[in-house]
Amino acid sequence: MTRPGSEARGSGDVIEVRDLHRRYGGSRSGFEAVRGVTFSVRKGELFALLGTNGAGKTSTVEVLEGLARPTSGSVRVLGRDPFADRRQVRPHTGVVLQQGGLSADLTVSETLTMWAGTLTSSRPVQEALDLVDLGGRGRVAVKQLSGGERRRLDLALAIVGRPTLLFLDEPTAGLDPESRVAAWALVRHLLDEGTTVLLTTHYLEEAAQLADRLAIMHAGRIVRSGTPTGVARTEPARVTFALDATAAVLPLPQMPQAASVSRESRFGTSFVTITTPDLQPTLALLLSWAQDRGVLLRDLHARPASLEEAFLALAAETAGEAQRQGAA
Amino acid sequence: MRLRALPFTKRDRGLRRAGIRRVVSLGRAEALLLRRNPMALAVGLGMPLGLTAALQVGQPAAARAQVDAADSIILLAAFALLSVLYYNLVTALVARRQDFVLKRLRAGELTDEEVLAGSALPAAAVAWGQIVIATVAGFAFFRLDAPVNPVLVVTGLILGTVVFALLAAVVATVTRSVEMAQLTAMPVLVLSAVVGVLVPAEDISGPLHVLAQALPMPQVLELLHLGFTGSTSGGASVDVTATFGHAVTPVIVLLTWAGAARWATRRWFRWEPRG
Repeated sequence: MTRPGSEARGSGDVIEVRDLHRRYGGSRSGFEAVRGVTFSVRKGELFALLGTNGAGKTSTVEVLEGLARPTSGSVRVLGRDPFADRRQVRPHTGVVLQQGGLSADLTVSETLTMWAGTLTSSRPVQEALDLVDLGGRGRVAVKQLSGGERRRLDLALAIVGRPTLLFLDEPTAGLDPESRVAAWALVRHLLDEGTTVLLTTHYLEEAAQLADRLAIMHAGRIVRSGTPTGVARTEPARVTFALDATAAVLPLPQMPQAASVSRESRFGTSFVTITTPDLQPTLALLLSWAQDRGVLLRDLHARPASLEEAFLALAAETAGEAQRQGAA
Repeated sequence: MRLRALPFTKRDRGLRRAGIRRVVSLGRAEALLLRRNPMALAVGLGMPLGLTAALQVGQPAAARAQVDAADSIILLAAFALLSVLYYNLVTALVARRQDFVLKRLRAGELTDEEVLAGSALPAAAVAWGQIVIATVAGFAFFRLDAPVNPVLVVTGLILGTVVFALLAAVVATVTRSVEMAQLTAMPVLVLSAVVGVLVPAEDISGPLHVLAQALPMPQVLELLHLGFTGSTSGGASVDVTATFGHAVTPVIVLLTWAGAARWATRRWFRWEPRG
């Protein structure tokens, strides 16, 4: 018998998912929400699962949390089967579910005290409340909390047992921007303490800010994965500027790296957008061309693609594919 | 090596203690919720007493004279198991499931059985509390004789608690909302109240008699009756040793119900609302 986590320590992977399938209902009438997903999460990193509604994120995470059995494929969490070896795995995991699941008539302290009483080891209740900035709200009934405060109580429940692995299923959905930033700070603090985090989110900025690596799911499959910058780089970078009427008549330089060059004229000013997978050489050619001809590149912007652009491009691509398949 | 395969060890005891601690922690929170639900509390506390009193007063005067304290306590125990434990638990489990509370509890260290046990704990405690208070009052004011076989009284109450708690879980499985629980909880409630409590099973003749004997409530009553008075439902008085012999069938019937309900719960119980 191996100790919980010992295999994981060996390979450095806290979560290993191989060809995971999850189907609801019968094999004919049912629906396959997860269709062969493979990924791993290393110790101490934050791994984000992104995707539109119905992409299969929660269905995947529920299997990792040990709430459901996979239909097929293998899942190891801390080196064990999270469903069958629930007793060994649970003391090391913390969970924020998509729907809070808090009793409205209990107070904040009562909720957390109840939960802490079910754990093998736990932080003091007050410490957990302070960590989520609910220190002064202990005697308030859950039903009187704002949406943001409830979500923070969810987080307190998830971290009160000092988990080594934290599952956060859309933890900041419905939070105001300030609470969201506070939640991010807390997650970073936990990462600094060595916690491993699996996060699902709708917010691409959240993933870009927090994730070490991420995977984008669509229709039950992972369609792209890598670091946030790596995934963003799959889309071309973008250079935009404006040219005065005098400069607008000049031909632009040859930029072999550029993927596309588009011009739009309005009131004598020409607005130019260049997309390129190789930002630096494209920009160098453009700048030396402007320098040589004494041309002013007004409002010059040059930036790599954001995660959001990559995500939207991917969504458009997969939607197009689905349409073609539907037509065929 | 599987933990189950180990003989009874220190580690097992530790695990069991941890399990009890988890159930008590959840039970305490459920007790707070019960205390904050005046309607449930009023039904729980008022129904058994009210029904018992109404039934006794409703008897013709001649019959009333013969009604003794033990019968009243047995009646109260039956209503406590039904209205406090069973009905309360059906509603509580459905409400917790619809609020995703059960799903959240299940994502932690509590096992499935512990989640159900913790949810049932306060209602069971209130039911037992009522029975204990009624028994003490019986001794103090109503010349209640000491039970002939207290072991059977406790066995009857424990098995009754387990069976009706598990039946509550089964009924909660097919109940989609708290409102619907008022309807779905009825068959078990009415059948148990009518057969055994209002109409003794031995008064039912023919093939229905066998069916009535197969229901759980008549068997709980049989055990309580044997334990308190030392007489069978047929009216024959037996000595203490013989009461054990008469208890075998009720115990087997109740264990069968418990086993079937547990199996059904494990197989079909829904921990979250339908998607």
